[in-house]
Amino acid sequence: MKDNTLDSFWLPEPISKIALHSDKLFYVELWGTCLILFAIVALLIYFICKYRITSKRRVACNQNDHNNKLEIAWTIIPTIVVLILFFWGAKDFLSLSIPPKNSMEIKVTAKKWMWTFEYPKANKQTVGELVVPINHPIKLIMSSQDVIHGFYLPNLRIKRDVLPNRYTVLWFQAEKIGEFQIFCAEYCGDAHSNMLATLKVLSTDDYNKWVKQSEENVINEIPLNELGRKLYKSKGCSACHSTGISKMSGPGWGGLFMSKKQLENGDDVVADENYLRESIVNPADKIVKGYPSIMPTYSGMLNDREIDAIIEYIKTLNEQK
Amino acid sequence: MKTEINYLNCSKGLKSWLFTHDHKRIAILYLIGIAISFLLGGVFAMAIRLELLTPDQLIVSSKVYNQLFTLHGAIMVLLVIIPAIPGIIGNFILPLMVGAKDVAFPKLNLWSWYFYMAGVLLSLYHLSTGAVDTGWTFYTPYSISTNTSVITVVTGAFLVGMSSILTGINFLATIHMMRIKEMGWFKMPLLLWAFYATAVIQIIATPVLGITLLLLVMERVAHIGIFDPALGGDPVLFQHFFWFYSHPAVYIMVLPAMGVISEIIPTFCRKKIFGYKFIAYSSIAIALISFLVWGHHLYVSGQSAFASMAFGLLTFIVAVPSGIKVFNWIATMYKGAIDLRSPFLYVLAFLVLFTIGGLTGIINGTLSLDLHLHDTYFIVSHFHYTMMGGVLIAFIAGLHYWWPKMFGKMYSERLARITCGLLFLGFNITFISQFILGTRGMPRRYHNYLPEFQSLHIISSIGAFIVGLAFFMMLYYLIDSLFRGKKAPNNPWGGTTLEWQASSPPVTENFDQTPEMRELYKYKSKDEL
Repeated sequence: MKDNTLDSFWLPEPISKIALHSDKLFYVELWGTCLILFAIVALLIYFICKYRITSKRRVACNQNDHNNKLEIAWTIIPTIVVLILFFWGAKDFLSLSIPPKNSMEIKVTAKKWMWTFEYPKANKQTVGELVVPINHPIKLIMSSQDVIHGFYLPNLRIKRDVLPNRYTVLWFQAEKIGEFQIFCAEYCGDAHSNMLATLKVLSTDDYNKWVKQSEENVINEIPLNELGRKLYKSKGCSACHSTGISKMSGPGWGGLFMSKKQLENGDDVVADENYLRESIVNPADKIVKGYPSIMPTYSGMLNDREIDAIIEYIKTLNEQK
Repeated sequence: MKTEINYLNCSKGLKSWLFTHDHKRIAILYLIGIAISFLLGGVFAMAIRLELLTPDQLIVSSKVYNQLFTLHGAIMVLLVIIPAIPGIIGNFILPLMVGAKDVAFPKLNLWSWYFYMAGVLLSLYHLSTGAVDTGWTFYTPYSISTNTSVITVVTGAFLVGMSSILTGINFLATIHMMRIKEMGWFKMPLLLWAFYATAVIQIIATPVLGITLLLLVMERVAHIGIFDPALGGDPVLFQHFFWFYSHPAVYIMVLPAMGVISEIIPTFCRKKIFGYKFIAYSSIAIALISFLVWGHHLYVSGQSAFASMAFGLLTFIVAVPSGIKVFNWIATMYKGAIDLRSPFLYVLAFLVLFTIGGLTGIINGTLSLDLHLHDTYFIVSHFHYTMMGGVLIAFIAGLHYWWPKMFGKMYSERLARITCGLLFLGFNITFISQFILGTRGMPRRYHNYLPEFQSLHIISSIGAFIVGLAFFMMLYYLIDSLFRGKKAPNNPWGGTTLEWQASSPPVTENFDQTPEMRELYKYKSKDEL
């Protein structure tokens, strides 16, 4: 389990030295803000108590309306303070922005509403889960297939927009083993708030094991409905389909199996194994009435056992009801 | 008792209002249009806060939630906060303040209201044809691909922009040409300086928004390939265009608010404003620098690090003149004779909330920290502190200050004070919790969220409902004052600016004789009630 030793009231746990370092400036500015605010409120309260209007004193006793020395002081001092803060922030910004030369490259592809990660060196691909080794600089080369998304790693204090017409780059070095949240930060439509992913930081040994491990072994080892549940999360299904009956961008999976659905073209269809399989491979062919035709095809992204697993998982959702 | 003839009762019938050229009646028309828009935007805000009580769907689907926050933002920014102070307080008070009968171009003034209302009606109409779900920022390429009524809303925004330009032209001309002889530039009340600086931004920046929105419409209709990457366009270009207007627009909203505060503080401290020239010049400085900071909205957009650093530096520079104003306002209270009636209570609320808004702006504007805070609830909270805690509260302070002049009636002082306290409390509960949500990494525009964020969301929603209650109380006592309020004297607060020499409410021609220029912010004991 995750221990939250560095998890503070204000910020989620930083998992790199650079993140920890950039938090210093945050706390300087946060407590600076509180201090100035406190001073201003104290001054307001003091003035209100001390200089209240009375029946004897109907106008201010002191009509001094300017003091150039004071004005210059409270122009120059804040200017110097903000300049210091600017250069401090800019320095941290550059170290958070420029990837070291020996970084390992991972290609990130965003589309509504899932994250796909490709590992050129390991020749692997994952959906919804970014797997990296600990203490190694990682350079993400990101692009989008549709609208603008935003790749956001709160524990590393970084984010960058993911654009459809160019590559953007983000780098980090995770220094703690565990699983950490990834959000989409740039609004991208209906299931924006479900466009989540996990950063999985492994020890160097585990990472090498993961690289060598063939995908098929994993797939063949687990029972079907277990695998289906995993795929539901890791392949991005959860962004659009609930496991109950509530309607998201796509129909809910609860009670779906063998239910009767009306299609856009008016035909009726029973959601049996064949229909479910077809909907995974060729989703645009038979759209259930009332839903937009937005699901990408999973043809080529799932093998037969994986498709079986998802169908099996959908079946178990019937039994629970 | 004989009723006096004033601008409200001089003629009757709907026509006499809809075709009026009287700046005061046009101000009342704006008040009605803006109040309706505010009610609508407020209802959407309440619906959003209700939905966010639970991590999963509570009352609306994701699609509807996305429409709700889009409409809340677009209505509050474009239809309420930008036009509120110029449209209502500016139209009513500015000609009185310069000692004129009306604005320089009264017919144009009526036109600007019609443009505004056309924008309001178009945005109401589009609710029936599929409300937009793009966020009020209309970012491409999402706004090109969504199947909601983007074009209708964008046309509405275009018309509201038109209205804003016309108001700016009118104010600029009025301030230049129509001041009474004795009122030199540095004898102008500070509100006029603020409107002047605002008008400059309105006239220079708003056409850029118009062009951007037209390009967006052309992209959707004719696929010209300027923003759509599929056609070789650049979606980030839209962000540059959009913020080239929308960041100066922040100052279109804030500068008049600062002007209002600069009028109320000396009146209720019975003291000359401290640092008149510094406040006036800082308005102009803000207006100029505001054109050079738009890139701080794009730190994480893939903009070059060098550009981000240049924009970051300028962003910090523009914070200084706002700070100068706050220091001068507080210095004005020093050794004053402070009168704690409701307009001044609202000013105190403004000072605290605006300070929080400004200082958290520094945190956001810091390059390294923005990488974490960008697009989270931290930024949501920050701009609510400046836009609502700053501009809207200043507008409310101004409304309470000039209400007796506008309607000739006094509202319930007791209810006004209670409401001010409630509003201040509710506002801070709502948005301090959102600061913490943001620093803990909760992204904005999320319909569903992780369960760990729920308790802060519940606190925030409770605060929002308190704010909602406070606004209904305000609505009650302000409307109640029209029917049962005591008659207001001509100068209830002992103000020194010219509008207080007119009767309450003023006659159609404003003054029976040319008002007499008094030394600005020079208060006398006998002025007091």
